[in-house]
Amino acid sequence: MQSDQKESAYIQIEQLNKSFYPDGQELKVLKGIDLNVRKGEIFGIIGFSGAGKSTLARCINRLEEPDSGRIYVGGVDILSLDKKELLKERKRIGMIFQTFNLFESMTVFDNIAYPLAIEHVKKSEIRKRVLEVAELVGLTDKLKIYPGRLSGGQKQRVGIARALVNHPDVLLSDEATSALDPQTTLQILDLLKEINQKSGITILMITHELDAIKYSCTRMAVLEDGRFIEQGLVSDIFNNPRSKTGELFATVMREFAQTEFRDGEAI
Amino acid sequence: MSLSKYSLWEVILASFSGETWAYIAPAILETLYMTAVSSLVVLVFGFLLGVLLTALNPEGLLPKTGIYKVLGWVINTLRSLPQVVMIVLLIPVSRLLVGKSYGTNSCIIAISACCIPMYARLVESSLLEISKGKIEAAKSIGSNSFHIISRVVIPETAPSLIRGFTVEIISVLSMTALAGMFGAGGIGDIAVRFGYQRFQHEKLFACLYLLIFFVQLLQFLGNVISKHILKKRGLL
Repeated sequence: MQSDQKESAYIQIEQLNKSFYPDGQELKVLKGIDLNVRKGEIFGIIGFSGAGKSTLARCINRLEEPDSGRIYVGGVDILSLDKKELLKERKRIGMIFQTFNLFESMTVFDNIAYPLAIEHVKKSEIRKRVLEVAELVGLTDKLKIYPGRLSGGQKQRVGIARALVNHPDVLLSDEATSALDPQTTLQILDLLKEINQKSGITILMITHELDAIKYSCTRMAVLEDGRFIEQGLVSDIFNNPRSKTGELFATVMREFAQTEFRDGEAI
Repeated sequence: MSLSKYSLWEVILASFSGETWAYIAPAILETLYMTAVSSLVVLVFGFLLGVLLTALNPEGLLPKTGIYKVLGWVINTLRSLPQVVMIVLLIPVSRLLVGKSYGTNSCIIAISACCIPMYARLVESSLLEISKGKIEAAKSIGSNSFHIISRVVIPETAPSLIRGFTVEIISVLSMTALAGMFGAGGIGDIAVRFGYQRFQHEKLFACLYLLIFFVQLLQFLGNVISKHILKKRGLL
């Protein structure tokens, strides 16, 4: 924590690099990513399929191990944590997914309770907390149902409740609304905004949907080919795109329209 | 009643006679006992081995490529031995553990040893069916590998695990018939001693009915339970 800018950053990423080796050949997915997300904001990251946005999100809780760089979340140096510390730290970083990834063998209640159950929290306390979160996401009447019987929007609500039950400081949203219809998307985004305002949780929203970012974020970054080509206030980027990057961003927007037209569920 | 002396119809009629079933009744109990105990042994050891294989898989939770390869090689070697050969090979082991090389209990050892590697592979393939996303979700919540396996992977793949267990019990049952040739007793023993060696074909037929009945019953139960779980979860 050296400068003022870093002081205000809650998620701070410096020179993050990550490569995959799909056929033995190096594929650079993240090329020197720098990012500062402030405490309590909803920060949007937009990019094409394969731009590296999911990899970036997954590096933050180390579902993916970066090759080099630094990641700080709330001052904690994520990459220096050992296995045990990492498990503990992950409880402070909630994550929601495009495919929801709910546990189909558990009822909605047990899904939401899972993060507490593996901590051996007392049953009465689990119950209290689950009911609290279920009310927040509007699922109080669905607790005894299995996720297989829920609609997409309801499933994502369960996902959000499960991610929030541990009182995390950060929520990573990896294409959380990309599998939902426009109306449900709005409801989920409203819910995320509401949670953000109520609890002050910092949300990193990864998406390929421009509307989602326009609707919920104050600041955003555009990721292309493993690099940020534009970063700043959403309104600035929309209204006064800076010359060269702005042009690129315009291309991004145009291509998005095509992407969505071609295959609505581009990842 | 040999088919060379009596008509097929007469043999079939005799196969339902009380006299025939009086011979077979004790054998049914022996077969059920062998199948139940062997299946249980196979379930315990095969399941543990299957979980171990899944965890050590290079793509698994605790990737250990070296151990995984050695384990895989051992399992494949054991699986490539014909069951008859396996029973003969295990005679000294049975003698060591049970004190004799024939009889129901010593065959349980041979049957278990034969079926464990096969069942371990079945368990492994069931457990690998789980979507990567669920494991990632569990990880993102802060689960350790033990939690992921015991609370997520195994319950999530339960319907498939149950179908695999059904296949396992059925192959144990068919092996008890084979083991009958080596003095294990049971339905297979009756079929071989009376049906084959003494041409008492009505007894052979009766054994056949029983085996078909048991296999159908087991498969039916396996399907019903597996479907029930899927229905309960709203996945069917």
